[in-house]
Amino acid sequence: MSSVIIQVAQALLLLFLAPLASGFVSTCKARLQNRRGAGVMQPWRNLRKLFAKDVVLAGHASWIFRTAPYVVFTATVMAASVVPALLVDTPLSLTADVIALVALLALARFFLALAGMDIGTAFGGMGSSREMTFAALAEPAMLMSIFVLSLSAHSTNLTTMINHTLNTPFALHPSLAFAFVSMLMIAVAENGRIPIDNPDTHLELTMIHEAMILEYSGRHLALMEWAAMVKLMLFATLITDLFMPWGISVQADAAGIALALLLWLLKLAGLLLALAVIETGLAKLRLFEVPEYLSGAFVIAFLGLLSYYMLEVGA
Amino acid sequence: MNLSLALALSACAVTLAASLSAALPQGAKRGVLCLLLAISGLLAITGGIAGLLHGGGAVTLPLGLPWLPMHLRLDALGSFFMLVIGALLLPVAIYSQGYLRSEQQLGALATFLPLFVLGMLGVVLSDDAFSFMLFWELMSVSSYFLVTFEHRNLENRKAGFIYLLMAHLAGLLILGAFAVLYAASGSFEFSTMREAALSPSLATAAFLLAAFGFGTKAGVVPLHGWLPDAHPVAPSNVSALMSGIMLKVAIFGFIRVVWDLLGPGDFQWWWGALVLAAGSGSAVSGVLMALQQHDLKRLLAYHSIENIGIILIGLGLGMLLAHFGHPMLAALGLIAALYHSINHALFKGLLFMGAGAVLHATCSRDMESMGGLIHRMPWTAACFLVACLSISALPPFNGFVSEWLTFQTALLAPQLGGALLTAVVPFSAAMLALAGALAAACFVKVFGVVFLGHPRTDIAARAQEVDGWMKLGMVIPALLCLALGLLPVLFIPLLDSIPQALLHASLADSIHARGWLWLTPVDGAHASYSAPAALLGMLALGGLAFWLLHPKGLSLRRSMLWSCGNPHIHARMQYNATSFAQPLRRIFSGVYRPVEHAHAERPVHKLLTDKVSYVVHVGDLAVEHLYRPVGRLTLSAAKHLQQEHQRGIHTYLAWTFATIIFLLAVFV
Repeated sequence: MSSVIIQVAQALLLLFLAPLASGFVSTCKARLQNRRGAGVMQPWRNLRKLFAKDVVLAGHASWIFRTAPYVVFTATVMAASVVPALLVDTPLSLTADVIALVALLALARFFLALAGMDIGTAFGGMGSSREMTFAALAEPAMLMSIFVLSLSAHSTNLTTMINHTLNTPFALHPSLAFAFVSMLMIAVAENGRIPIDNPDTHLELTMIHEAMILEYSGRHLALMEWAAMVKLMLFATLITDLFMPWGISVQADAAGIALALLLWLLKLAGLLLALAVIETGLAKLRLFEVPEYLSGAFVIAFLGLLSYYMLEVGA
Repeated sequence: MNLSLALALSACAVTLAASLSAALPQGAKRGVLCLLLAISGLLAITGGIAGLLHGGGAVTLPLGLPWLPMHLRLDALGSFFMLVIGALLLPVAIYSQGYLRSEQQLGALATFLPLFVLGMLGVVLSDDAFSFMLFWELMSVSSYFLVTFEHRNLENRKAGFIYLLMAHLAGLLILGAFAVLYAASGSFEFSTMREAALSPSLATAAFLLAAFGFGTKAGVVPLHGWLPDAHPVAPSNVSALMSGIMLKVAIFGFIRVVWDLLGPGDFQWWWGALVLAAGSGSAVSGVLMALQQHDLKRLLAYHSIENIGIILIGLGLGMLLAHFGHPMLAALGLIAALYHSINHALFKGLLFMGAGAVLHATCSRDMESMGGLIHRMPWTAACFLVACLSISALPPFNGFVSEWLTFQTALLAPQLGGALLTAVVPFSAAMLALAGALAAACFVKVFGVVFLGHPRTDIAARAQEVDGWMKLGMVIPALLCLALGLLPVLFIPLLDSIPQALLHASLADSIHARGWLWLTPVDGAHASYSAPAALLGMLALGGLAFWLLHPKGLSLRRSMLWSCGNPHIHARMQYNATSFAQPLRRIFSGVYRPVEHAHAERPVHKLLTDKVSYVVHVGDLAVEHLYRPVGRLTLSAAKHLQQEHQRGIHTYLAWTFATIIFLLAVFV
């Protein structure tokens, strides 16, 4: 099996499993709240319905509004296909390192926010303003927590970083613990989940992501929603890659890939279940407590960097 | 004299000729001025590239002082900055042909614009301290006349005065740096200064004088006070040149004096740390201040401060690494800084040209009176969007490449000195990340408020697209931004002679270790980035999605937008520049100290609000706490002195007598 085929298969898996992952989270949440829930397939059904529907555009929406769904979708999928899920050394992982991956997500966010401003409603502007504000705090925190790992691996390439983790004997590094906590906090925030944002409602005044895509409909909305699901998948895979890559296949052989697939799905399920528990257990933060949460994540990541330099470099 | 130097000198000569265009009749003035400037830009580009590829040369002209002829030399560093100047001068000259069309009084502009360019070209070429200072002052003084071009406004005259004051303060400090170097070497020529061995204390004095002098001119926080006032009031083509190139010439001066004349051998550990701290501080505070502006050109001026900070982060990392004996990594930091210099010249020049186009169309710099311009000005909007994406460091444009290289330098830095010093490096990377993310927020605000949504005023609703010259002037840098973002692997080897000359380190082999598609700063396993592959992948994916989804039977319907059932939608209900930045104003209120006045009129009942008004002012902390006190102190000292002026003749005689006694006591 060549690595190119695995690369393509892996990207397609990420793309097509993403709605299932979202469905899995909402089903878990429903069960935790003693509801039956709509089932794991519901996001897929939503997408299919949206793809079949007409697009209704606001009267003076510009080409920014019409291209934004495609840019957001492709940038997110591009970022997702860079992340190794099954095989360590995939061809695309050379194309973009972690910094470029974060920048691709930033590109998607830039167009999402522009689309929010384009229609000229107060809702869109509010969503864009808040999204960009919080992203400005979340992005450096995410880079910091990734840098903790890149410093010890001497690399920002995901492939090299995973190889480094696989080849060093397992030990509990304080810096990694800090980075892990920070990364989890950022992943929750970046995906617009409780306690930062509520993905289930259009009606809360503190909403962020949903406010920006309020005017979208039909296939445009489907692409936006799908991109958000892929992003959740991306973050989950990134966390498993960075902090618990064990099981990922080093060589492109069938047995290794099958094992890697099984373990990857298990790890994903674990992380998503944890997300469901967090979302059920916590209330949404007030809007102006979010910066404190995010700067908390930033400080934790920076502590990770400091503890790496203080405790681990010399030792 | 070789080809590259001849090209560079002819660029200077053409610029000098352009300054004579003021004498031409009114009709021919503009065309000749712009044509000659464009030719000069083209000559500077070719001269710069030829100098980088084949090396430059030196020439001694019999000008200047009798015992000190003018030494000119085009080396690798000079060639690169020659290229930076030309790369922006060419599009700006084309743009000016359209921009100056409605200008009635071209006289001052036609004289001083070419002289300003000549000053910058001369600084880059000069090889002795005397000609350096001569051209430097030519640049500063002629740009003063450009800042005060519309001198009928009080605001412009004030900005011009502060600019002249700060420029001369900077000039004085730079002169001091050269004086120290002269004292150590006994010659004004750079070649002798380079050879001279300096004691550490003399080297430190020269470094500090140069750092503060060039830092003032480059607009490093807190020496930036003149910049946000001077850039907005100049005509937009001049702001493009001032922000795009003049600040780079200050960076050039810093590299020339500190890296070249002093040399990496003299670096002390805290020099790099100081530059790194100044860079990080400028980057974050520049973008934070930019976020709170609603004057479009003032906002862009603050972003120049941010980008100078990013360049200094690269240089500071390079200086630290060079001091601790890692010439390869230092070369990477230097390359990152240089790459960001040319990137910033291109996208900031483009942004100011775009702002000029918008100013031309709406007669206003206030973003709160714009909106929806993308429908009326599609070309301007598209070019401006490219510049916004570039300055926000988003792939596949050029800003991302240089920030990526800066990140790589910071991450590759090994243990340096003590733990504190080592921790400064990742902290600067964190500040760089914060600045980049805040810049993205700021440019969503700029593009969203100016070009998207509904027009907020009638003038904005009736705006007209600019003419072909201005469009062409904006399209060129936009294409260059994309090219530099896609093909850094082809461009960086061109710069390789600079670290070779300054650090004796070459990155040429490692940069394209994996072929021209992949940018690999040190080796492929460490980090790689391929903009062409990423762009191709995205185009393929996006094209596929579009092809699969595009209306085949599905129609696209236009309709009213959702307004929660309220049919009366007004353009003023949109988020504007002030409201967009409100969350950040609240989060960083400690930095901003906003002065807010919210007022609600309730004439009928205390629960029924008729009118609401909200005014907010965010001042510049450095201006309020550093410049104002100094200004007040100077004024009060002048006031005390003034009283002495009005005394009788006997007091004057007494003062004269006291002075003579004092001088006799000291010197005899």
